[in-house]
Amino acid sequence: MKAETENAAAEALSRVEALLVRGGGDAGDEYVPRSLESAIRILPAARWALISVPGRFAARAAGEALDRGLHVFLYSDNVSIADEVALKQRAVAAGRLMMGPDCGTAWINGIGLGFANRVRRGSIGLVGASGTGLQAICSHVHALGSGVSHAIGTGGRDLDAEVGAMTCQQGLDLLARDPGTDVIVMVSKPPVPSVARSVLAAARSTGKPVVVHFLGFPPPARRLGLLHFATSLPEAAWMAVELSKPGATTETPGEVVCAPGYLRGLFSGGTLASEAVLALANFLEPLHSNMKRESVRSLETVSRSEAHTILDLGADEYTVGRLHPMIDSDLRVRRIAQETADPEVGLILLDVVLGDGAHPDPASELAPAIADARRTRDVEFVVVVVGTDEDPQGLESQVDALTGAGALVFEDLTNALSHVVDRLGGLVASAVPRVALEVLTAPVAAVNIGLESFSASLTDQGAEVVHVEWRPPAGGDDRLLAILDKLRR
Amino acid sequence: MAFSEANRTAVERMMEARPLLKTVAAARDVIPGMRDGLLLHAGPPIEWNRMSGPLRGAVIGALLFEGLATSEDEALALVERGDIDFEPCHHHQTVGPMAGVTSASMAVYVVENVTHGNRAFSNLNEGYGKVLRYGAYAPEVLEKLHWMNDVMAPVLAGALATRDELDVRALLAEALHMGDEGHNRNKAGSLLFLKLLSPDVARVAGREVASEVLKFLGDNALSVLNPVMAACKAMADAAHEVEGSTIVTAMARNGTDFGIRVSGLGDDWFAAPAQVPDGLYFSGFTAGDANADIGDSTITETIGIGGFAMAAAPAIVTFVSGTPKDAVNTTMEMYEITETDHLHFTIPALDFRGSPTGIDIRKVVELGITPRINTGIAHREAGVGQVGAGLVRPPMEVFESALIAFAERYGV
Repeated sequence: MKAETENAAAEALSRVEALLVRGGGDAGDEYVPRSLESAIRILPAARWALISVPGRFAARAAGEALDRGLHVFLYSDNVSIADEVALKQRAVAAGRLMMGPDCGTAWINGIGLGFANRVRRGSIGLVGASGTGLQAICSHVHALGSGVSHAIGTGGRDLDAEVGAMTCQQGLDLLARDPGTDVIVMVSKPPVPSVARSVLAAARSTGKPVVVHFLGFPPPARRLGLLHFATSLPEAAWMAVELSKPGATTETPGEVVCAPGYLRGLFSGGTLASEAVLALANFLEPLHSNMKRESVRSLETVSRSEAHTILDLGADEYTVGRLHPMIDSDLRVRRIAQETADPEVGLILLDVVLGDGAHPDPASELAPAIADARRTRDVEFVVVVVGTDEDPQGLESQVDALTGAGALVFEDLTNALSHVVDRLGGLVASAVPRVALEVLTAPVAAVNIGLESFSASLTDQGAEVVHVEWRPPAGGDDRLLAILDKLRR
Repeated sequence: MAFSEANRTAVERMMEARPLLKTVAAARDVIPGMRDGLLLHAGPPIEWNRMSGPLRGAVIGALLFEGLATSEDEALALVERGDIDFEPCHHHQTVGPMAGVTSASMAVYVVENVTHGNRAFSNLNEGYGKVLRYGAYAPEVLEKLHWMNDVMAPVLAGALATRDELDVRALLAEALHMGDEGHNRNKAGSLLFLKLLSPDVARVAGREVASEVLKFLGDNALSVLNPVMAACKAMADAAHEVEGSTIVTAMARNGTDFGIRVSGLGDDWFAAPAQVPDGLYFSGFTAGDANADIGDSTITETIGIGGFAMAAAPAIVTFVSGTPKDAVNTTMEMYEITETDHLHFTIPALDFRGSPTGIDIRKVVELGITPRINTGIAHREAGVGQVGAGLVRPPMEVFESALIAFAERYGV
């Protein structure tokens, strides 16, 4: 070493020494795995794969995660609907959750996946096809002083007809079995009728109160049995919080016993019939009517019912040369006998409208018809009576007569429809195999593939996570990728 | 065709192979197809006019050693006339470090895999400095080769004949627990080798000769590399030609090209230009002096040691001024592209996890991770020798072209 002064030389020598002396530190970075396989080896407890790689590669990554037994939170978008269906079918068959694609949020066992708010633990469980919707409701629930058990995202297209709400149904079934969940909130953009029917049936099958918020979907009623329909996100949160309070619900879960058979609704009031159609179309399939509505099928002939049928017997086609059924019960009496004779009929729904101008004593004609029918066979009668205690027919005596004939009488149409839904709406058998409840109750441990911020967020929340340094497989070369996919066996 | 099942079979065979060092003998007497006028070389096939400096130098040296030429010019003339045949060591169950040039008279180690019955061969290690394997052919180089052939080889053969067996797999497993990775670092393995041979050498050789041989073996921290390479070749060959397997069974470089073979693709080579290693150069040399990657010693990585077992040899990271954690991470990365953990080669620093074994070309291509290789660096000119040591990776194209060929071969 050359130096101009002795001090400079000593200084230089001491620096050399400092550079040569090593040790004591934890030198070097921890290994960052490059594949899911390695990540699982590092974190064998991993149950979840968070995937946020570019859409072109997302289905491949999600498929591999499912193959390795993980539940998937797929944040990536630009995944084809065909891929989504295939992935979800695989997940359902394997008893795994496939949240997404395009799933922005989930909150599992106190840990937020993807985007999530910090909210209190509580007894309100959510499932939904709307990431920000879930976040908004979670936040409102927190602000109202209550808390969230779990929030299960499904991806925005889960309730599309092609996908058929596969993840939503799994989520409902999980929350049904989760002892920490007392009230469920289901949120989505409005589903097509067939999917609406299946998820509403699944919701009813939970045996727990379910707040349903299908954005822009006409709520059939504020409440139908266990189902409560909200019209906004804050309202959904508020309803859930109210329902979660002790003593808020009168239903005893699991009490619903279904009756077999079809509904025949024989209405004298057109609007009552319409409202019944509006509500029941979400639960009964196929539903026919003489009324032209988007949600119902027409009848081959108005003189014969098919499957579930709701008739407005005050419509023109029935009143040609005949008095309106609010005045003349003849048609309804004959129709009661006709429907009863159909062995597939399980429940007959009637309205009785009292008041000035109406028949002076409708029960005098209808009650014997009901009694006759019930002597023939065990068909149920549900009657909704519209009237007041000041009406000339006498509300109480009308109700008594109908009840005496064996009908179940309601003075509130929604309650009557609720009962019909409970009796005929059917329950959904959950998918086999069911998703093991452990997915909600075990500590969240995840492999994160893609956005590094999702890893950091899990670490911040105290969850175990291993981040995978992802690169496009085979450098994104389509030819090589196609070969690799075929050589996977 | 269940490719994964085929791969399991191939790698199981690789790990079940138990190579024993049997003897030392003249190449022409033991290597199948060996003949006068044939020179074996490292790496995939290559013709004379594409050979790099060190390989050409070793060819000249071998012709001088065999007495087929008496000068460099004569040797060159012989080659130019086409009188000499060149074939890869790998085509003759043989492997050689660096240039790997092996001629008919040269003594070679004979290793036998007693599990499957196949044999493999490798020449004797010359030590450091000016050596044939780096392309040197000065008189002292040839003199040393003759001493090795005429004096040391018979002693080793005699010593090995008095032993029951010398289990190279067991020796390697122990060396990995002593800080070796079996390719660039063979300090512990070479001492174990010396220790195993010493009593028998003392028994069969005269006092002076025994002393010379033991000193020669003991001074060379790479003396065990060649029997180790032959053992690795025996293991790799046991895994070769498993129908439907995508496992690599050979990686080798001739100083110009890097080539691989795949178990389910028979004897085809997939080759592309070799790269220059990244490493530490001896005083006075720079990367500009380096030849492209050369040698069959990548047979070690092929069966799960060498660069793949870096975590066992943290001291080696000084070659690339890394940290012990870098060594661990290198091994961790190799798990990404391999079929399984080795049953016999375990790594203390990884809680005795088996070393990553069985390179799967599917994983290499999918993840874009090529094997990590620890290697010596040869001077690009013939006769200069080793100029450094470091790390290198094969070109990705060889794995891609092998994958495409595999898809064609198996009709997928």
